[in-house]
Amino acid sequence: MTTFTLNGEVRTVNTDPETPALWVIREQLDLTGTKFGCGMAQCGACTIHVNGRAQRACITPIAALEGASITTIEGLKSEDGSLHALQQAWIDQQVPQCGYCQSGQLMSAAALLADNPNPSDADIDTAMRGNVCRCGMYGRIRSAIKQVVGTSFYDAMEGSQNG
Amino acid sequence: MGKWTRRGVLSAGVLGGTGLVIGIAVRPGNPTEAAGHLVAGEGENLLHIYLKIDAENRATAILPHSEMGQGAQTALTQMLAEELDADWDLMSFEEAPADGAYANNALGRAYLFKGVNFPDAVVPTVDGLMLNVADAIGMQVTGGSLSIRATGQYFLRAAGASVREMLVKTASKAWGVPETEIRTAKSMLHHDGSGRSAPYSEFAAAAAEMTPSSTPKLKKASQFSVMGQSKPRHDIPSKVDGTAMFAMDVKRPGMVYAAVRRSPVFGSTIRRIDDTAVRAMPGVIDVVTIGSSSASGIVGAYKAGDSVAVVADSYWRAEKALSVLNVDWDTGGKETVSSETIFAQFDRDISNAVDRKHDVVTGDSDVAFNNASTILTADYRVPFLAHSCMEPPNATAEVSADHAEIWIGCQNPLGFRQHIAAELGLDEEKVTLHNYFMGGGFGRKSNADYGLQAAVIARAVGRPVQLVYSRAEDIRQDFYRPAVQSRFKAGLDADGKLIAWQNTYVEKHEPIEAPLIPYSVASQDIGHVASPTHVPFGAWRSVDHSQHGFFTESFIDEAAHAAGRDPFEFRVEMLKDKPRLLAALKRVAKEADWTRPLEEGRGRGISLQESFGSIVAQVVEVTVSNGRTWVDRVVSVIDAGYAVSPDGTKAQIESGVIYGLSAAMYGEITIENGAVAQSSFSDYDAIRMHDSPVIETHIINSGEEIGGAGEPGTPGVAPALANAIFDATGKRVRTLPVMKADLRSDAEASPAVAALGA
Repeated sequence: MTTFTLNGEVRTVNTDPETPALWVIREQLDLTGTKFGCGMAQCGACTIHVNGRAQRACITPIAALEGASITTIEGLKSEDGSLHALQQAWIDQQVPQCGYCQSGQLMSAAALLADNPNPSDADIDTAMRGNVCRCGMYGRIRSAIKQVVGTSFYDAMEGSQNG
Repeated sequence: MGKWTRRGVLSAGVLGGTGLVIGIAVRPGNPTEAAGHLVAGEGENLLHIYLKIDAENRATAILPHSEMGQGAQTALTQMLAEELDADWDLMSFEEAPADGAYANNALGRAYLFKGVNFPDAVVPTVDGLMLNVADAIGMQVTGGSLSIRATGQYFLRAAGASVREMLVKTASKAWGVPETEIRTAKSMLHHDGSGRSAPYSEFAAAAAEMTPSSTPKLKKASQFSVMGQSKPRHDIPSKVDGTAMFAMDVKRPGMVYAAVRRSPVFGSTIRRIDDTAVRAMPGVIDVVTIGSSSASGIVGAYKAGDSVAVVADSYWRAEKALSVLNVDWDTGGKETVSSETIFAQFDRDISNAVDRKHDVVTGDSDVAFNNASTILTADYRVPFLAHSCMEPPNATAEVSADHAEIWIGCQNPLGFRQHIAAELGLDEEKVTLHNYFMGGGFGRKSNADYGLQAAVIARAVGRPVQLVYSRAEDIRQDFYRPAVQSRFKAGLDADGKLIAWQNTYVEKHEPIEAPLIPYSVASQDIGHVASPTHVPFGAWRSVDHSQHGFFTESFIDEAAHAAGRDPFEFRVEMLKDKPRLLAALKRVAKEADWTRPLEEGRGRGISLQESFGSIVAQVVEVTVSNGRTWVDRVVSVIDAGYAVSPDGTKAQIESGVIYGLSAAMYGEITIENGAVAQSSFSDYDAIRMHDSPVIETHIINSGEEIGGAGEPGTPGVAPALANAIFDATGKRVRTLPVMKADLRSDAEASPAVAALGA
């Protein structure tokens, strides 16, 4: 038995303790926005937040999540249903093509910005290099992140912190 | 220049990525008989096989193409909406069902030959398309960069225009006014004289009784207001919040999971399986063997060896059990094959040139080389490549004695249905196929093998099964861009003019024109020899252009340097009779600031490639430091005739650039002991954020026939990269990937270069 908070709700699952969180989330908890890409933490498609940090669900044993707070792509929106600034930027920049890697890309980017509201290009490289996009939309992902960073910067200039 | 046959031009598309669209024709006559029950719901009127309108005046385009990332569905809808004079906010689309009503090539042919009046210039292409369709019954294919240039241009625009005409006719009768006095705008009909207006929906039911014209009047480009606009893609909102449905997201009541392993040595059969221990593992339900399968036909022809699947109550348990399963394979002697033996075979077959077939012969090669004052020779090689789509192949199946239902993402729903029905011994009508978004396709998902495996497993266990490939299985059981070797010889006269071009390569696929060069060289002798391997062939984004673009545009660069000429100027002089190509090349040189000097250790390379009806010119800038290549910038110019959705066209080129760059920099599948040696992103990596260049893309709307966008961005990247590396280092990369090339040069000693890498 493992108990954790998933997108704000307390959930308990009963399964092999070493089962990767990815499969528990997809098969048992029916949240399919988190994707399987490699099963070896090499592509980032399964990225979730564990206690606010980006983590690859495909190599995270479910037992390791006891008591943790987990956010998946389904929980990235605000409680009022409005899109996370990155999700809106992803739409504005028309980032996704096939879209399969984008849940993971967004989760990695959201963890980056939560940690560092004004990342440099090098910070973006470091935070995002674990996420493969075979459609090659890296330029648009970078633009979308910078669009949000730009907003933060603008808000900061107005005297209101955003980030 | 040799004569290209119609069939050749055609089938280019077919294997290209692959295939034709056209399975799908505008059905002359009232479409509701054949298709109405499939697509039209309550309150909806199907006015055309591609279009329905509901009571709220919302119009839905029904599209015979699947979505693998290319965004064509939104662009196709723009083409229909343009001619319909639809309100874009009232337009949506859905994918056509995998049903023969959407793939009746006979109707397509009748429609065409009865004669929409296409401009003369495109008739051979259309004719060719249909000839090809005759070869490929049952296709509903997405590939060949054909969606927009074929389906959109020849069918969806006509669909929108003919429905608009039907609505005008119906309103004219109802209102008692001449058709010529009725105008349409934003899904409304207006008669200004009497002040009457009505939404399309008011006349949709009556218009649906009419027969759509096969020769509707189409707009001129100057009249476009929806085409040519960068409309936001309709699928994107669902791809940022996790709600987009891919096949792997399907869950059926009572569903179990399967992990599969096909014979690692291609084509092997199972001699014996010891599954006693595996069957006792937690959650394991069954172990199922799947016999060798093959499919023929112009699309999706393949052979696959035996495979074995473990079915369990979770995918992880299935995969874990499979990993310890003991299988004794009969490899039939193929375990001795390796990349080394394959390239040795290519080298031998090119040297022997037995049954060398010609693509082009012009002038007298012997005389030309005798007159040459400089002769260059070079051998180029590229490795096998896997597609490695982000979404590994997967399919969900439910099979009973007389019916099968498949949930899958594929590039050819009708072809898959056909293959699965044949495998199960069912009539095609007894197989229902639901097609989902694909997490990448690139040609991989045009082969039905993974759908067949799921169906066979589901039949064996008698309950719904979801089959998922591991990443290792995806990389080891692909249909590969072939390894190819190409041998060149060029002759320059005393003035440095290229007068002779000779080329022999192995294994020709499609498009047939891929190895040709656009340059005016008097003597050309381009040919190929057969040199088959046991490694399965697959269409890989841009197909033969992916290797020949690299070969020919690199060797032209070698010729330019041998002549002591600037590689851009050298090409320009040989393109005097090719104004479109010349315009693209000059534009890219301008946008990339071709003549601006670069720092030491940096380099710039250029390429030009016409493929899938479009022209792409590219300039790549690199920094080479301590033997490591960093791609700084890629500038592309595409002339696709007319960009229906300019941002969509740019996105496709950006994508094609990164796909080509991933392959050129890192992509290499090697064969060891008859099997693929790679198994993950760690040994088959791709470009990632930190090594992704700045990409700039420029569009030329030349007004020529509309070309493709999905594939043409890929072939020119590798040669422009290799040419840039030569510019930076003086080292010529003739074998890909770049990662394997030794690029350490004398320049490495330079403090300036060392500083760049710091």
